Amino acid sequence: MRMGRRIARTLRRTAIHAVPTMLGIVVLDFLFLQLMPGDAADVIATEAGSATAETMALMRERFGLDQPVLTQLASFLGHLARFDLGYSPRFNASVVDIIMERLPNTVLLMVTALGFALLVGIVVGSVMAAWAGRWPDRILSVVVLLLYSMPGFWVGLMAVVLFSVKLGWLPNDSNMTIGSSFTGWALIADRAAHLVLPALALASFFVAVYARLVRASMLEVQRQDFMRTAHAKGLHPFLIQLRHALRNALIPVTTVAGMHLGNLLGGAVVVETLFGWPGMGRLALEAVLGRDFSVLLGVLLLSSFLVILANVAIDLLHAWLDPRIGEA
Amino acid sequence: MTANFLTTRRAALAGLSATALTAGRVHAQVPKKGGTLTFLQNAEPTSLVSLTTVGTPSLTNSAKTTEGLLEYDYDIKPKPALATEWKISPDGLRYEFKLRPNVKFHDGKPFTSADVAYSIQLLRTVHPRGRNTFANVAEVQTPDPLTAVIVLSKPAPYLIKALTAAESPIVPKHIYEGTDPLTNQNGNAPIGTGPYLFKEWVRGSHAIFERNPNYWDPDLPRIDRMVCKFVRDAGARSVAFENGSGDIGYRTPVALADLDRLKKLPHLVFETEGTSYSYNVQTIQFNLDSQYFRHLKVRQAVAHAIDRSALLKAVAYGYGTVSHVPIAPGLKEFHSPELSPYGYDLKKAEALLDEAGFKRGPDKIRFRVPMDFNPIGDESRKVCEFTRAVLNRIGIAVEIRAQDLSAFAKRVYTDREFDFTYNGHSNLFDPTVGVQRIYWSKNFKRGVPFSNGSNYNNPKVDALLEGAAVENDPVKRRQMFLDFQKIYLEEVPDISLYSPLYLTIKNKRVHEDSPTADGVESNMSRVWLDA
Repeated sequence: MRMGRRIARTLRRTAIHAVPTMLGIVVLDFLFLQLMPGDAADVIATEAGSATAETMALMRERFGLDQPVLTQLASFLGHLARFDLGYSPRFNASVVDIIMERLPNTVLLMVTALGFALLVGIVVGSVMAAWAGRWPDRILSVVVLLLYSMPGFWVGLMAVVLFSVKLGWLPNDSNMTIGSSFTGWALIADRAAHLVLPALALASFFVAVYARLVRASMLEVQRQDFMRTAHAKGLHPFLIQLRHALRNALIPVTTVAGMHLGNLLGGAVVVETLFGWPGMGRLALEAVLGRDFSVLLGVLLLSSFLVILANVAIDLLHAWLDPRIGEA
Repeated sequence: MTANFLTTRRAALAGLSATALTAGRVHAQVPKKGGTLTFLQNAEPTSLVSLTTVGTPSLTNSAKTTEGLLEYDYDIKPKPALATEWKISPDGLRYEFKLRPNVKFHDGKPFTSADVAYSIQLLRTVHPRGRNTFANVAEVQTPDPLTAVIVLSKPAPYLIKALTAAESPIVPKHIYEGTDPLTNQNGNAPIGTGPYLFKEWVRGSHAIFERNPNYWDPDLPRIDRMVCKFVRDAGARSVAFENGSGDIGYRTPVALADLDRLKKLPHLVFETEGTSYSYNVQTIQFNLDSQYFRHLKVRQAVAHAIDRSALLKAVAYGYGTVSHVPIAPGLKEFHSPELSPYGYDLKKAEALLDEAGFKRGPDKIRFRVPMDFNPIGDESRKVCEFTRAVLNRIGIAVEIRAQDLSAFAKRVYTDREFDFTYNGHSNLFDPTVGVQRIYWSKNFKRGVPFSNGSNYNNPKVDALLEGAAVENDPVKRRQMFLDFQKIYLEEVPDISLYSPLYLTIKNKRVHEDSPTADGVESNMSRVWLDA
């Protein structure tokens, strides 16, 4: 019952915050983008290596780039009010179609990487905390430090050299075998094989972050009164660590993971480029380079929406982990 | 100079390992049918038909579905494609094309002269280059369904070279008529007469073309399917060639630093055929309105400071041919063998700068100047670093300024807030199309990329370029271009550095990929695969 009220309140509060937040993001982004030199017509003409004044004027007219900035903003918001993200002049296609082609890939990569990072991070962190100061802790600390200091793309490159080039076990490019007609398990196996390397490259840094976070939080919790009580009750040490220490230690970890979700959405550009993963990070980067602002705004809008959703989920998770949070 | 060019080219070819030679012998084999070709491309196209854009990624894919009137051999001599015969009247004003009979578009509709007339009309209005190439077209007559006659108001001696599939695509009239060509969806799912049918385009990933079973040549195409993968990362392309997941790529699809390593792999072939339809010349481009570079002596001094061979080795590992003039050595007919009168000589450079009034200050520096670069090439920054190092020796302090493509275009062509840049221009198939635009004073147009960005203005040059554009006599026309290059060398409106040599890299199982001047940008109908 208390949980139900809690969920309702969280959702209501989020809805009130979400709309102005997203609107603010879109308007600010739109205005900032105007500061960038050049427009879509410039890029298309420069990429082509040839242009005439007439063809450029024609492009600007069709794309609405010859309109004043505020008119362009009004038209964008007008479309948005009808849940229409507009049209990409660069790709001659609707922005929704372009983004929806990429969104599932991005979410798959993101969730896999984050899930993997959380799982491994929590296990490694717990092990380190349980053996704090002894040799398993020392060895894992070195490994974690290495993961923490090696950039993800470098880990990815090395993994490509080893697993794709030398051993030939895993593919290094794209999210599936292009042109294949797999079904059932073969399809899933193919997708999974393509997912392994990019997900590992993306997760490596976060594994280190979560492991260190879990270790620190668990060590801190060890000194709390309720831990002593649990010991006094005669509970099995494993249960104490799992139910009392870890559960408390998960609060900071999930908070940070929620924030990382936003990072992963946009920050996966390097990994996506490296592995030819058709995701939104690359789409955003290419939209910036191509001055394809309607696509970029669409990506930003959707990303902010996803981040808000993720934060709601984290809020609810916190309520379950620690019922005291948000009670007041 | 021509001999010079050949030796460099031969040296480069000799370096391409013996595998290239064995590939030549394999050509004699009977072509096999079937298989999937994986074509690695550096960037994603914005359209699969090069009608409203001529961006390289669009040119790469367009011809697979959409054909042109003619094809060309390596020396840009025309060969039949959609047109089987062609006749040019002696005054150069009438081009009569006999069209191939029984050709059908992918949707089953017949191909006729009406499509040719309509396409040329479209090219004149919406194609970024077609506006100039077809500027003299008065009308296109269609006396019967299999005859198209292009009637010109003035001669256009370059026109007969402009009719490849990628440069002047012939699109179906029934799909474009009554629509806005810029938003027509044919660019996203093209219908043409080509050897391959469009299957799918997954943005950010790949496009797939499949064998057209009703192609007008019943023996072609030979492969079942072509997968065009858009692989943005040069390292990932190297890996794909290495592990065999990519079959072919062009315009040197890997980092130049990777070439030596890849050449050691027995399954890869490196070829230079099929690159003669478009030569680039890379230049140090001056803003002639700059307070420094408007002085002829300063430009001459910079020219004296640049050792082109050293630069070519340093920035492009020698993959290219030194060129002192903006007409590429590859366009043998028009390239001037003359060398710059301002050869590598730092002493003369210093003397010229003194004469121009830019003496060395107390800190040994004459003046400080920013240099921008066109970021499209991998070598761009290195050229700037090379230039900074050599100009530093003659007392010019260079600060390199980086920006993305759009910002570069806006700075140079719209805002004109630059002093000098590193830039490159394609000669295309003829100097009137590719070179005139850079030096013709009437093409100083703000906001138009790759126009006359230097703001060079010489009435004599204008007269020569305008004359060559309509001169029917090849000998006279050649002389006009040679005269233009002579003036260019004296006046140094920019400094031509070199013409890059582009390699096609392929797996040795790929054959007959580049039998024409435009190489893999052609329709690739003859390509076939071992096993």
